[in-house]
Amino acid sequence: MSQKEAVFSDHHIAHHFDTAEQEFDSAKLGMWLFLGQELLFFGGVFVVYTVFRNFYPEMFIDANKHLSWKIGSVNTIFLIVSSFTMAIGVRSAQTSKKNVLILCMILTFLFAAGFMVNKYFEYNEKIMHGFLPSKWFSGEGHFETMHIFFGLYFFATGLHGLHVLVGMGLIAWIIWRAQKGHFHAQYYTPVELVGLYWHLVDLIWIFLFPLFYLIG
Amino acid sequence: MQATAQSHGSYLTHPAGIRSWLLTFDHKRIGIMYLTFIVLAFFLGGLFAVLLRLELLHPGKDFFDAKTYNQLFTLHGAIMVFMFIIPSIPASLGNLFLPILLGAKDVAFPRINLLSFYLYVLGAGFAFYSLISGAVDTGWTFYAPYSLQSSTSTISMTTAVFILGFSSILTGLNFIVTTHKLRAAGMTWYKMPLFIWALYSTAILQVLATPVLAITLLLLIIEKVTGLGIFNPALGGDPVLFQHFFWFYSHPAVYIMILPGMGIMSELVTTFCKKQIFGYKLVAWSSVAIAIISFLVWGHHMFVSGQSEYSNFLFSILTFLVAVPSAIKIYNWVSTMYKGTIDLASPFLYALAFIFLFTVGGFTGIVLAALSVDIHLHDTYYVVAHFHYVMMGGTVMAFIGGLHYWWPKIFGKMFNEFWAKIAWFFVFVGFNMVFFTQFFLGNKGMPRRYYSYIDEFQPLHAFSTYGSWVLGLGFVIMGIYLFYSLWRGKPAPANPWGGLTLEWTLPSPPKHENFENPPKVEFGPYDYDKIKAATV
Repeated sequence: MSQKEAVFSDHHIAHHFDTAEQEFDSAKLGMWLFLGQELLFFGGVFVVYTVFRNFYPEMFIDANKHLSWKIGSVNTIFLIVSSFTMAIGVRSAQTSKKNVLILCMILTFLFAAGFMVNKYFEYNEKIMHGFLPSKWFSGEGHFETMHIFFGLYFFATGLHGLHVLVGMGLIAWIIWRAQKGHFHAQYYTPVELVGLYWHLVDLIWIFLFPLFYLIG
Repeated sequence: MQATAQSHGSYLTHPAGIRSWLLTFDHKRIGIMYLTFIVLAFFLGGLFAVLLRLELLHPGKDFFDAKTYNQLFTLHGAIMVFMFIIPSIPASLGNLFLPILLGAKDVAFPRINLLSFYLYVLGAGFAFYSLISGAVDTGWTFYAPYSLQSSTSTISMTTAVFILGFSSILTGLNFIVTTHKLRAAGMTWYKMPLFIWALYSTAILQVLATPVLAITLLLLIIEKVTGLGIFNPALGGDPVLFQHFFWFYSHPAVYIMILPGMGIMSELVTTFCKKQIFGYKLVAWSSVAIAIISFLVWGHHMFVSGQSEYSNFLFSILTFLVAVPSAIKIYNWVSTMYKGTIDLASPFLYALAFIFLFTVGGFTGIVLAALSVDIHLHDTYYVVAHFHYVMMGGTVMAFIGGLHYWWPKIFGKMFNEFWAKIAWFFVFVGFNMVFFTQFFLGNKGMPRRYYSYIDEFQPLHAFSTYGSWVLGLGFVIMGIYLFYSLWRGKPAPANPWGGLTLEWTLPSPPKHENFENPPKVEFGPYDYDKIKAATV
């Protein structure tokens, strides 16, 4: 292990690993497998979307008009920029720049929070107009099956929003640990892993956004 | 962990105290806790099986009404599939031995391993809640639209399966990383025991197939709560889509169940024949091949669901294809036995039972994969008999064989070999009485899941029920002598069966840290000839 520096605390590798490199590689492989699992999980949502858009193409285009592509675009920009600040943050951890790391994580957290605030207003508006799954659907539209579009919209973006919330929790945890000087060039595994997770959450939105907002 | 302080005692007693068990990161202790729950689930599921066979003794009502009967077979299926057979070998014997067989001190992520166990317990809790709050009557497949209408406790049961799925995913993830990153010096991929190859292939399926079940069940739950309209035809949904989703997981899940059993088979056959496995690489890669092909055959559960004839044709061909790697394994085990020094100890008797019963199960699977025949046999007892021959005749036999094989290593005690053979006899005979009969019943047209039947089926149904008592007796005997061995059994030597894999180099039971010094692997796992030559 490296010499203990003034601002950073040492990381002890777990007893069943021989080297820090082996520990890091294992953690990273584990995270990639978890992301693979996430892809298959969301894959199901995209299959459902494909099937039902194929069943009811006109309904999808009609229902789409009730979504605001402007709010969606702002949210897309929020997430893409947050991915950028996350990448810089991971790089700062690797080069032991503690303050830049903390700043980047706070920015990422704020963009994620902005995304959720926008989502809150969007959801509120849909609920007010009754664009909901069939049990509560009271919206006005030309198609009887319109509740499927909004059911799917809430299911997919809700599941994604849940992942954003989990990500915000993880980023807050990283900020807390970074402040204590846990991360530096010799040890930055959690920052790297949360970064990988955050990029996936971002990527899923990149697909959800055009599929729901831009099909008109 | 406080490794040095404990390196003098066995992992069972050091450290002591209930808290040290409940919060343990030791893969062996987690394996034993899993084993306990899995055996409990097996006995609960088995109890339901005996009860539903009892009801089928005569046509019409004997003991339970039709609704209770529906709940019995649903609970039998759901408990056996999700709480027993899927976690059975990987989570118990896999957790106990995967790190040791690789020469590692633990799995890659011990905390996640413990989390996986507690997710299992949480899932089991939801299942138990469902059981006492009205149970489920949908069948273990939860087919829509019935599962959307049923007033029984479907949501808690599907939530249970959702949670159990994540427990399974985390175990698989742990095993893949451990196999890649924690092999001992000299442990190349082709020096790994074949049990590891099987667990690795299983883990791929656990990580990549289970999330699809998770999203399916989540959709089903949300559909039931909010009326999403995805699976309910009354709302514009498509119930066949549910079947596609469900089987996209649940067919690979069949291989999650059988592959680890095949891995145990390779260990049993080599150890009790004292021979190098015939065709190591073929046996190893056939596990991977089975894992890959298993993703492409789900449609054979849906030949009569109205999917296109072209799909049926493709799924039928692909299903025939999956028999090839399975057959390779059977041939190679039999070839390994040829001219071997065979020791008919109880673990090996279960291996022999596996070869016989799995072959019957496999062949009847080929019969069902043939399109025209399947239309006749679909949803009959023939299907029930087929998958019990594979699941119980295959996986359960391998699980029990493996449990007997590693029992001395896990607990440091020998069980009574005489009673083990008696129990084996009852299990083998009883199993065939129950399920071979059902091939005839199915072929005559007895539909599965029916509460009552026409009178002429009664003798066959009765024979099958009598068989369930013989089978049950076998398991009761097994339970008694295994428990008895725990406090009265003779102390086990380090290597009671003469195996060559790494666990037999450790004392029985092993120490907390597994290996005092990191092992260095020079021979392959089954190099009986080379080792004999080297020592002479």
